[in-house]
Amino acid sequence: MAAYLVRRLLVSLLILLGVSFITFVLLYALPADPVRQIAGRSATAQTVENIRAQLGLDQPLMVQYWRYLTGLVQGDLGRSYLQRSEVSELIAARLPATLLLMAGAIGCELILGLTMGIVAALKRGSATDNTLMIASFVGVSAPQFVVGLLLLYVFAVQLKWFPIGGYGTLAHLVLPSVTLGIMGSGWYSRMMRSSMVDVLRADYIRTARAKGLTRARVILRHALPNAILPIIAMIGIDIGIFMGGIVVVESVFGWPGIGQLAWQAIQRVDIPIIMGVTLVSACAIVLGNLLADLVTPFIDPRIRLR
Amino acid sequence: MSGDAKTSGAPVAPDTVLSVEGLSVSVRTEAGPKVLVDSLSFTLNRGETLAIAGESGSGKSLTSLAVMGLLPPPAVHVSAGRILLKGTDLLSLPEGKMRAIRGDRIAMIFQEPMTSLNPVLTVGKQLTEAIEAHETLPRGQARARALEALKAVRMSQPERRLKQYPHELSGGMRQRVMIAMAVALRPDILIADEPTTALDVTVQREVLELLRDLQRDLGTAIILITHDMGVVAEMADRVVVMQAGRMVEQGPVRQLFAAPKQPYTRALLDAVPRMGNGGAPVKAPTTEPLVRVRDLKVRFDIRGGVLNTVQAHVHAVAGVSFDIRPGETFSLVGESGCGKSTIAKAMVGLVPFTGTIEVAGRAVASDQRRSGAAFRDVQMIFQDPMASLDPRMRVGDLVAEPLVIHGIGSPVERRAKTAELFERVGLERDQIDRYPHEFSGGQRQRICIARALALQPKLIIADESVSALDVSVQARVLALLEALKTEFGIAYLFISHDMAVVENISDRVAVMHLGQIVETGTRAQIFGAPKHPYTKTLIEAVPVPDPTHQRKPSQRPAGEVPSPVLPRGVLPQRILLKDTGDGHLAAV
Repeated sequence: MAAYLVRRLLVSLLILLGVSFITFVLLYALPADPVRQIAGRSATAQTVENIRAQLGLDQPLMVQYWRYLTGLVQGDLGRSYLQRSEVSELIAARLPATLLLMAGAIGCELILGLTMGIVAALKRGSATDNTLMIASFVGVSAPQFVVGLLLLYVFAVQLKWFPIGGYGTLAHLVLPSVTLGIMGSGWYSRMMRSSMVDVLRADYIRTARAKGLTRARVILRHALPNAILPIIAMIGIDIGIFMGGIVVVESVFGWPGIGQLAWQAIQRVDIPIIMGVTLVSACAIVLGNLLADLVTPFIDPRIRLR
Repeated sequence: MSGDAKTSGAPVAPDTVLSVEGLSVSVRTEAGPKVLVDSLSFTLNRGETLAIAGESGSGKSLTSLAVMGLLPPPAVHVSAGRILLKGTDLLSLPEGKMRAIRGDRIAMIFQEPMTSLNPVLTVGKQLTEAIEAHETLPRGQARARALEALKAVRMSQPERRLKQYPHELSGGMRQRVMIAMAVALRPDILIADEPTTALDVTVQREVLELLRDLQRDLGTAIILITHDMGVVAEMADRVVVMQAGRMVEQGPVRQLFAAPKQPYTRALLDAVPRMGNGGAPVKAPTTEPLVRVRDLKVRFDIRGGVLNTVQAHVHAVAGVSFDIRPGETFSLVGESGCGKSTIAKAMVGLVPFTGTIEVAGRAVASDQRRSGAAFRDVQMIFQDPMASLDPRMRVGDLVAEPLVIHGIGSPVERRAKTAELFERVGLERDQIDRYPHEFSGGQRQRICIARALALQPKLIIADESVSALDVSVQARVLALLEALKTEFGIAYLFISHDMAVVENISDRVAVMHLGQIVETGTRAQIFGAPKHPYTKTLIEAVPVPDPTHQRKPSQRPAGEVPSPVLPRGVLPQRILLKDTGDGHLAAV
């Protein structure tokens, strides 16, 4: 177990190194010039070159990357070109909001998706099953900005159940979480349904019934833990899919997280922030997958990590 | 329990526990209802073992599920009849009342101990849960009862087993857990559906003995569902023979075996391979061997640690040497995990190995980049004919595929050859454009044989090729293999766990244990005068299809199975074979 963890963490570091290199090269290859953004339109050629030299952007790519990397190992993500503050501080200030949103979205996905999947599996072939599966399909196909705006219009503008945007209370969290989670819940409900259908046919379910257990116990105690196993690995992968959605959802709902930070930074070619947010997201994805793998043995004793 | 349920009008004999009257089970299909079990009637008395015997599709398992009220809903249902448990009609009980009977008054054990226990719950949880479903007990007491049940099934280290998960136990131990679960509440009736079919013979013997002892101690009535007439002869007091949903014959076991009244029963009994029935003695070896295997070793890595390095090896085959002569049937027998199938895989280059394998003078390469021509001489037939035929290909194309791969003949010639092969293995020429699912199990295995014959190989490896077939089908497929051997001079490497089948078809036999051969010789030597204790145990464990046969109590104590996994650097101890005369080699 300890050896497994060490090995996985080493591999994670390699992945992060790869991500940082690819992102760095891609940003360098961008046609937009960050120095122009900083200097403004009226700046002279001399000023532009001065700023370029000051930021070290006149150096060859590999030298720039090496500098960034040496900073990174000391925990230095660099300074924002435009916001005059440390990238690490900017991210640290906004990360809790994003993590909260992600937690809300995962909760929404699991509650909605698993319930729908289990009910559909138990009522397989019925009208309920068909309705739920059509609903899940709609959830999977609907673009997030449409869902977000629709939810805003119905529940915030018309019904006034939830605030239109902002951050602070539990009520603020509901609509963004649902928007972000609705696509995943569609996937989960379909996966959970097929997984549950398979498990309900298993020999050990017949054994459980032959023991004279109640239907509820057969489903909750015997079928559910087995059916949920393939879903757990999915949750780890999901965090990566979330990162794309977070930029959209945070913009629609004015949620002060790193998605908004990234969006603003991209518009202004603020490379250190883009790099920082990308690396933090990559960390989240890598850790999410690792966490999912670490949790699995607790539910499935057949899996041993070594 | 019988309070508000309707009771039988007829007086019930005092010791009748269960009586099934005119039971019919149907399935709804698109073409209308189809009868799977047709007006079946039988009774079961206290302390008695009733065997329901029959081949696949006879409706024997459906009958047991109907008694348990566990028929797969909604398509399969009881369409007529009554199932009376001490006078109470189970079919008229609401689900809640039936649930209280299930596991408490009628318990069941199933064929597959590997899949019948929940993999994510400990043995202890699954046992206590079975007890708590019917009795309100304090936590500690349920656990004590569970422990008692494990002791009753003679499980080694019962306290430790409670905390273990099913995957940590061997097949025999899992079946013991299933039995413990079933008898923990001392049911009136225990239904055992093929309880030993998936187990090795020595384990089968232990489990059967256990069932008999439990029955004697608890007075439980047992319904034993089986296809194995040896098990019937060993266990049953009375037998019901079923075929295609109908009862063919029923009667006391000795009477039924001694003088079967119906032709089907007689045919079923005749088809059972019997020990001590082997044919004429083999001629002395004169020719050069076709296959030479020398010091074959196959091991698999177990990885772990920070750098994912090799920590241990599974020594699947640990130094095996043998010859197969042209036109000879050479059998490898042994229990699951002994390495017999791994040898087959090595011989067709499917696993990397060390040592040498020569077929018709050509060496088999161990690096899996096999050259086509070298492998035309060896073909394989597997255990599960359904799984080894691609369901989306026409059977004719499947049989012709080896010819296509080796670029033999034009399409027209290949089609003619395929039709010829179909006729040779006993199928119709016009069946070649059908798909695998349109054939029965026996026919599918014939298709696999036709495919193996397509390249006119010198050696066919048959890996448990008849194990999944019903006895009557098995007998016909074995006869076909025998006929092909004489006709084409093919040699067989026959891999099986079934000692009776091996005795019937082999010229020479090698007995394997933990990756090594412990004894080898002619059929007469191995079965007539076994030298090694393991060979003796295997032979004695085979159920004899004769109810008058008295067997000695088993010698082997139940416990842990020895493991072929050894840490890196540790090598398995080599077994030395000594010639005890006439080429009969046994471990010393």
